[in-house]
Amino acid sequence: MSDNVDPMNSPGPMERLPKPVTAMPTLAKVDAGRHGGKPGAALEKIRSSYPRSSRIPDEVFRWIIVLSAVSVFVIVLLVVWELVDKSRLSLHQFGLHFFYGHDWDPNNDSFGAMPFIYGTLVSSFLALLLAVPLSVGVAVYITEMCPQRLRAIISFLVELLAAIPSVIYGLWGIFVLAPLLRDYVEPFLAKTLGWTGLFTGPMYGLGMLAAGIILAIMVVPVIASITREVMTAVPQNQREAVLALGATRWEMIRMGVLRNARIGIVGGVILGLGRALGETMAVTMVIGNRPEVAKSLFAPGYTMASVIANEFTEATGDMYLSALVEIGLALFIVTLIVNALARLLVWSITGGTARPSA
Amino acid sequence: MLVPLLAIFTYLVIKGVGSVNWAFLTQTPKPPGEAGGGMANGIVGTGLILAVASVIGVPLGIGSGIYLAEYGRNRFGDVIRFTADVLNGVPSIVVGITVYSLIVIRQKHFSAFSGGVALGIMMIPTVARATEEMLLMVPNVIREAAYGLGIPRWRTTLSITLRTASAGVITGCMLAFARVAGETAPLLFTAFGNQFWNLKLNQPTAALSLQVYTYAISPYDDWHKQAWAGSLILILLIVGAVAAVRITTSRGMMKGS
Repeated sequence: MSDNVDPMNSPGPMERLPKPVTAMPTLAKVDAGRHGGKPGAALEKIRSSYPRSSRIPDEVFRWIIVLSAVSVFVIVLLVVWELVDKSRLSLHQFGLHFFYGHDWDPNNDSFGAMPFIYGTLVSSFLALLLAVPLSVGVAVYITEMCPQRLRAIISFLVELLAAIPSVIYGLWGIFVLAPLLRDYVEPFLAKTLGWTGLFTGPMYGLGMLAAGIILAIMVVPVIASITREVMTAVPQNQREAVLALGATRWEMIRMGVLRNARIGIVGGVILGLGRALGETMAVTMVIGNRPEVAKSLFAPGYTMASVIANEFTEATGDMYLSALVEIGLALFIVTLIVNALARLLVWSITGGTARPSA
Repeated sequence: MLVPLLAIFTYLVIKGVGSVNWAFLTQTPKPPGEAGGGMANGIVGTGLILAVASVIGVPLGIGSGIYLAEYGRNRFGDVIRFTADVLNGVPSIVVGITVYSLIVIRQKHFSAFSGGVALGIMMIPTVARATEEMLLMVPNVIREAAYGLGIPRWRTTLSITLRTASAGVITGCMLAFARVAGETAPLLFTAFGNQFWNLKLNQPTAALSLQVYTYAISPYDDWHKQAWAGSLILILLIVGAVAAVRITTSRGMMKGS
């Protein structure tokens, strides 16, 4: 933890606690300094000189704690095991063809996940396209420009946006966003940008575009909070140095802050991507749920998560169930890779102290 | 930025308030086409599921957090820390599939218990990382003072370190709680939903979020209204939790330490 209290940082709820008093050299540090050994070695020595009878509760406690930590590990292993085990049937039957096959026909036990993979990718990238400029803008505003008082309110609102359950986003998407898109936005897009081929066809309101917009709203808090964290990690003297060279405020933000924070911002964006890929309910409610690959963003689509949500309880037949679990497995692996990548990038900036945003 | 938030809240309040009434809070759903009815069973069901989730998620989360902060400054700790992050990123629907095949298939029926397990699993990483972070902020001198008085390590950790960090740990737990309270995807094939009262852990149970989903995608106007009302109740629950956290933490700040 850094002990320089930066007045520019607005403390989040987790950071408001007493900062460690590091001025006084602690026993562990003195010990490390004196013997060059591991910090805490002196404590271990003192503790091991306790009478044996008083160490038994310590050992018991230690085991309880270790067990609960191991449980996290076991849960993840169980997730992987169950996914692989339950999808074995379809893994054997279809092999790699599963991922580029187009037909999804439960009646003939023929399954190809391409339309779902396509839907997931397109809706997520559309979401990022809309969300990234917005969230970087919000983060820049919060860290660099906004008055102290407003800052707390805005970060509270962003937090609130993250706390809204996805089913409520979905509800809002069906009854507010979709009609709005159908009546105003989509006709406008069709008229002005119809020639691109991305905005053609019948306008239902529900469809890929609606899913992308809903996802964008849901992803903004994730990207904004990581970007904010990374930007506050940029040392103050970087900003001052750029300003001292005669830069305007915008140049200062661009050259002094954004350039230094760019790897972390990319990390935040990837983390947002991870969230968007796995998002289920809101997307299921607005995307239209039709397994086809269409170029137009007005057309309904289907995503990996929503096909599981819709068909899992109705799946009759082992092969059907197995194919759905395999989609789950694919989703798990992709989010795993995406999240690991994002963590690495964010950690490389903030030095491992960034907390995972919920 | 604020536009979607405001839009969502205004619609929630406008559409929700009209449909929240005494019947909504005390009755079970009526068949489609019949006016009236409510989501009382869903509210109770959500409470039931969240209780199970907290019983599982909070102790395990705090336990792993203590491990990470007090014992886990080594290679194995890094592995656990990474695994917790992985678990945090697992899509909720995948957690649902896992719990379905672990519990529901074995028991051969949907249950409130399995729903609670799914949500509990999702709470663990959030609680664990928050606990770890808070414990690391506790100055080492406090631990050393406790050892100096001859207090054993387990007692130090529980009554001194954890107590000092308690405000932050509670914040973490409430945030995790708020996060899973509105989860729907993992409940689809664990708690499953139920049109009637259920207080048994091994029976399918209604949940507020599930009912909102079913009602929202249904073709009936009556049900749409109920969906808005259900969302309003759900969001009040969550915002209440988040606001409570805000208030307690800021008061803790004022008391000073």
